[in-house]
Amino acid sequence: MILTVENLKKSFDGFVAVNGVSFSIEKGELCSIIGPNGAGKTTVFNLITGYLPLDEGRVIFNGVDITHMRAYQICRLGMRRSFQRTNIFPRLTVFENVQAALLAYRGKSFNFFTPVETLFREETEAILGRVGLQDHSNAMSGSLSYGFQKQLELGIALASEPDVLLLDEPTAGMSTEETSATIELIGRIAHEKGLTLLFTEHDMEVVFSISERILVLHQGQMITEGSPDEVRTNPDVQKVYLGEAR
Amino acid sequence: MSKQDWFLIPIFLILCLVPLSGSRFYVFLATDILIFALFAVSLNLLLGYTGLVSFGHAAYFGIGAYACALLMRKASIVFPVSFVAAGLFGALAALIIGFFCVRLTKIYFAMLTLAFSQIVWAAAFKWNSLTGGDTGFIGVPFPQYLDSKTRYYYFTLAVVVVCLFIIRKVVNSPFGRILTTIRENSERTEFIGINVKFFQLVAFIISGFFSALAGALFGIFNHSVFPDFLFWPASAEVLIMTILGGMYSFFGPVVGAAVVLFLRMQITSYTQYWPLILGMILAVLLFFFPGGIVGFLQNRLTLLRGNR
Repeated sequence: MILTVENLKKSFDGFVAVNGVSFSIEKGELCSIIGPNGAGKTTVFNLITGYLPLDEGRVIFNGVDITHMRAYQICRLGMRRSFQRTNIFPRLTVFENVQAALLAYRGKSFNFFTPVETLFREETEAILGRVGLQDHSNAMSGSLSYGFQKQLELGIALASEPDVLLLDEPTAGMSTEETSATIELIGRIAHEKGLTLLFTEHDMEVVFSISERILVLHQGQMITEGSPDEVRTNPDVQKVYLGEAR
Repeated sequence: MSKQDWFLIPIFLILCLVPLSGSRFYVFLATDILIFALFAVSLNLLLGYTGLVSFGHAAYFGIGAYACALLMRKASIVFPVSFVAAGLFGALAALIIGFFCVRLTKIYFAMLTLAFSQIVWAAAFKWNSLTGGDTGFIGVPFPQYLDSKTRYYYFTLAVVVVCLFIIRKVVNSPFGRILTTIRENSERTEFIGINVKFFQLVAFIISGFFSALAGALFGIFNHSVFPDFLFWPASAEVLIMTILGGMYSFFGPVVGAAVVLFLRMQITSYTQYWPLILGMILAVLLFFFPGGIVGFLQNRLTLLRGNR
């Protein structure tokens, strides 16, 4: 098991957002978390990645207890994430965005005198190529289209060759075309790199097309998990989620 | 030095020639501008590069000024040692104050830097036996070998050029790049595996070091050190210089320092309402040229190039 989550609990001012969620993920698995709005998907991500402190529970990553670690420490152990709302460095170029992630990952960030423009040029270009941004290398990232920004975010996350990648709604706000292109891209990269992927997604088609396993959250609790077929036919899921959404 | 830096050469030559004008006034003004240019660039390492608004930077400037003067006068330590020690005192103060400040964000960060600088100011104001209190610490001599306005000018020019060179190296290094990612999105920076608070603290220390060197230069230039050096209006003034010149460009604060000091010199000879005029200039600037003078010029230049 590369990631084990035990009995995660979190409440905000008395509102219980996550109430005893447990699951584990094997190396190389493609898992997704689904659930209606407010089910606690993003909170679960925030708890795992050290973005929020948790009230109760444990998170074990690669055999290390990361429950109380800070976000940057968890990152260094090989877990990366993207954010639901695009999270890039807007007034830097596309190239600089990815290069910064490489600097951090390769331990070059605490270097005061090497001219930064000479570092990791080829590696950066290679990553930009992989996420389909090779032609936008010098563009200000804040002025890119939304779909490109999402791709850039993926590039930033990939720069550090993570073992586990958590993607929070990687296609939120995208057009149908952008969505399928992005999903294809994510699936391809995950297979090439042997990544373990955990993502949340609102688009059911996407979820069922690429997930190997699906976890279903409802009101802060996990109601079931299983293969796409199992989840699709589960009556509880249909009641709380599919029935309500469609 | 890259191609786009060609403009630095003529500017440097002009600066070298200032004393040949024979005007004591211009030598005086140029020394003043150089010192505040260094101070403003040091501040901008935090403001423009790291995205941290320090509202108490006069503290490090003042600490540098007092440290250098006191070490020379009271401890009879030779000037070069006192000078470097002044920088280290500034860095130490920045380490201690920064340690607390980087724990806060945005407006709380700014207010805490202000609070600490007022504590330092109060100490300088009340500690009569050491600092001379309200009357200031008067009679700081030029070191013998710098004992003329012209010599001191050349010394200042050399120190400022070397310091700016080093700071420029730093902002163009991987460390500097990470500072800009912190400015752009500190949350995301944490998630590429950077200990953001630690980087902010290091930037704070570097900034404190160079601000204190500027202060040390100024104390000697002024032959005295006053608590006013570290009072809050001094912090505001250097912030204004930086924003006016343009905080997203390395040399913006240099331009800001030159413009503010030159205008102050000119305008105070006509009217006592200099702060009023400065306030109006700043208001116009913030509305119409948010990138400051240099930001505005750079935009124009890009437009011109684009039209060709």
